[in-house]
Amino acid sequence: MIKKKRRPPQEINSSSMADIAFLLLVFFLVTTTISMDKGISLVLPSEGNELEVNRKNIVNILMNESGKVLLDDKPTRVEAIHGIVERKIAGNPNLIFSVQTHPRTKYQDYLRVLDQLKEAKATKISIANPPAF
Amino acid sequence: MPDIIFMLLIFFMVTTVMREYEGLDVIMPRAKMIEKLESKRHTTYVWATKDGLISVDDRIIHINDLAGLMYNKVAKDPKVTVSLKSDEKTTMKLITDIHTQLRTANALKLSYSALTKKPGS
Repeated sequence: MIKKKRRPPQEINSSSMADIAFLLLVFFLVTTTISMDKGISLVLPSEGNELEVNRKNIVNILMNESGKVLLDDKPTRVEAIHGIVERKIAGNPNLIFSVQTHPRTKYQDYLRVLDQLKEAKATKISIANPPAF
Repeated sequence: MPDIIFMLLIFFMVTTVMREYEGLDVIMPRAKMIEKLESKRHTTYVWATKDGLISVDDRIIHINDLAGLMYNKVAKDPKVTVSLKSDEKTTMKLITDIHTQLRTANALKLSYSALTKKPGS
């Protein structure tokens, strides 16, 4: 009689399960933060609420269709805006910056101006009502 | 030990918020002073293309319908922030119209979605 040595019940080595779990865990750790969108934040002025502001405290920034900027009626280079704005705020922290665009101004140019204002740490930014064309 | 890992794994699988929308094809503008959105849950996305198309929640809508749509969203969640994803070549006419619609709907918290500016550009 051939006695077959009874093999001990085979066990699958399950230590690699932990490795798979680690990998999946790291994957989710990484992917939970990827879709955080970023952008320039702004609070729109509420409608109909035309506050009476002292004209001295407003700085008008006008943009024409080719993206050129008029700051306080002076043509200004976009990159120079944050420097000028910083100085103005240092002189008057209550300044409100009102941005007025032309309907054909490009969004990228408008955003560049906002970027400059944010860089100068301007907190009171207002979007002017578009003039009736 | 693997049990702890499994627990953490299940936790992250549950808390990961998957993108529920496709959005329109836009080339995002670049800016320096971008800030993270306050909270993903209190955010609603508005897409705007350079050809004048607007889309919210994967539906193309007419500009005049935006105010009504946003008004409902604000009613459901007063802390909602609008993340505006617009193509960099969009004209301000569309953006200004969007501004007006949002102001009518009292959705005043806005974030102009943008990518980081590459250094030296």
